[in-house]
Amino acid sequence: MTNEDIKAFITTVQPVATFDETGEWLNILVEPSQWKQLATDLRNSSFLFDYLFCLTCVDWKTHLTMVYHLSSTTQRLNIVIKSKLDRTNPEIETVCDIWRTAEFHEREVFELFGVNFLNHPDLRKLILTDDFEGFPLRKDFEDPINMIKL
Amino acid sequence: MYTETQVIKETKEGELVINMGPQHPATHGVLHLVITLDGETIKKIEPHLGYIHRSIEKMSESLNYRQFIYVTSRMDYLSAHINNLACAMNVEKAMQIEVPKRASVIRVLMSELTRIASHELWLGAMAMDLGAFTPFFYTFRERELITDIMEETCGARLTMNYIVPGGLMYDLHPDFQQKVKAFVKQFKQKVTEFEDLVTNNVIFQARTKGVGILSREDAISYGCSGPVARASGVSCDIRKIYPYEGYDTVEFDEVLDTAGDSFARYIIRVKEMNQSIRIIEQLIDNIPEGDTQAKMKAVIKPPKGEFYTRVETARGELGVYIVSEGGMTPYRVKYRSPGFSNLSALDHMARGSKIGDLMATMGTLDLVIPDIDR
Repeated sequence: MTNEDIKAFITTVQPVATFDETGEWLNILVEPSQWKQLATDLRNSSFLFDYLFCLTCVDWKTHLTMVYHLSSTTQRLNIVIKSKLDRTNPEIETVCDIWRTAEFHEREVFELFGVNFLNHPDLRKLILTDDFEGFPLRKDFEDPINMIKL
Repeated sequence: MYTETQVIKETKEGELVINMGPQHPATHGVLHLVITLDGETIKKIEPHLGYIHRSIEKMSESLNYRQFIYVTSRMDYLSAHINNLACAMNVEKAMQIEVPKRASVIRVLMSELTRIASHELWLGAMAMDLGAFTPFFYTFRERELITDIMEETCGARLTMNYIVPGGLMYDLHPDFQQKVKAFVKQFKQKVTEFEDLVTNNVIFQARTKGVGILSREDAISYGCSGPVARASGVSCDIRKIYPYEGYDTVEFDEVLDTAGDSFARYIIRVKEMNQSIRIIEQLIDNIPEGDTQAKMKAVIKPPKGEFYTRVETARGELGVYIVSEGGMTPYRVKYRSPGFSNLSALDHMARGSKIGDLMATMGTLDLVIPDIDR
C-alpha cells in the first residue's frame, strides 16, 4: 500500500483534511474536532495504524500544532497527523482509549504546553511539581532564576 | 485491541498506599512509585516522575546543531553513544550529507559495544534486585573491558560524545581492534557463566516465569519497544525494519519470544548480546580505510522542515524529532525515549500480582530514569 491509498482512504472519511508530502512521510492536517473520528478510522482501517510512536506539540507563537506519528506494525507504513490548536484555549480530544501510550504522552504535553485533552481519564501533571506555574516548552515562557539564555 | 485497565482514583477501606522511591535500591535512580496495595496484591501503580527532569528538550532549543548532541549523552547514560548517533543522523539527514564508510562501520561497532555494556549492567543489577549478588561482579568484569575500550578511544567511560554530525570526532585508537578481539574472546568464554548462574537457576526461574505478563496487543498499544516488546512477539527492531548505518549489510537475527513474561524479557537480552557479538565479529576485521569525517561547514544551518530519525538503543526505539526554521538552533526538539513508553505499561503489567513480583517486572523493563525524565 502506498501514500496514495492512504490519501484516498482519508479523503473518503474526512474530505476536508489536507495533505503535505514535502517531508519524509505523508503529513495530514486535520481540524481538532475531526481528529478523534479520524483516529478511530485509521486504527480500524485495513492499514491498521496500531502504533503511536510519538506524540508531541510545537509552539508556533501564533498557534500550537499537535503532532502525532503513527505507524503500522504489520504493514510498516508511517504517517504524521497534525492539528492546529488555538493558543489561548487549546483543546483536543484524547486518543488514549485508542492507543494506550497516549495517556502518558498527553499528560506530558498537558503540563509542558498547556493543551487540554478532553475526556482524558487522568489529566494531571506528570513530570513537574503540582504547584508549578506556566508552560515551560512554550516559546514565551520566562523563568529568570533557572533559565540560562545563550 | 488492548485490554482495558480501569482508572482507580479513590482508595477503598483496608487498602494501603505506600511509596516506593524516590530513593530505593531497585529503581536504580530517582523513580517514585505510589503503590496501592490490598494485602500484598497490587491494585494500582502510579509513577511520579521528574526528580531528574532537566528539560533537555528546552535546553536543545538554545544550543546549536553541534552542541545539542552532547546533552543527549545525559539522557540514557548507558547507551549514550546510540543517543549521539540518533541526533547526528538527524542532522546529516537534514543537511543531506553522506557519512564516510569508515565512520559508518565504526559507529555500528561502537553501538553494539554500548549495547553489550548496557545489557551486562542490566543483567547484574536485575539479578541483584532478585537477591543474587554474584552475577553483578561477573557482568561488571566484562563490562569493564568495554568501558576501558571506550575510555581509550573516546576519552570517557560513559558520556562518550564521540559522534559528531558528518562522522566521528577523531579516528580510532591504534589498539582498538586488538582490544575488541580480546574482549570478544573473553565474553564468549564467560557467557556460559551467566547461563549457569542465572538462567538455569531454579529460584530465578520461579521468580520470573509467568510474572508481569504483557500480551502482544498491549505491548503495541502501550507503545513498548525494544526487548520488552520483542519478548511479547512484536517485531520492532529498528535495525531490521528500518536499517540505518549499514545494518542491512551485516548478518544478525532479531530475537523474538512470545511468552511476554519477565523470563522472556531476560532471555531476549541475553540472546541479543550474542547477536551483537556476531555483528562485531563480522565488522572488526573489515573496517575500511579512509576519512572519518565528511566535509561540512563550520556553522550548520539545516533547511526549513521537520526531520525524524529513529534508532534502536539498548532499551528500544529512540526517536529524535527536530523542527528546523533554517536557523542556527533547532526550533523544537522532541526525544521519544523508549523508557517513557515502557514505563507506562508497568501499571497494567503489575496489577493483580504480589508486591514481591514487582521487582522482577520492573527489573526486566530495564528502566533508566534520566531517559524517562529527560
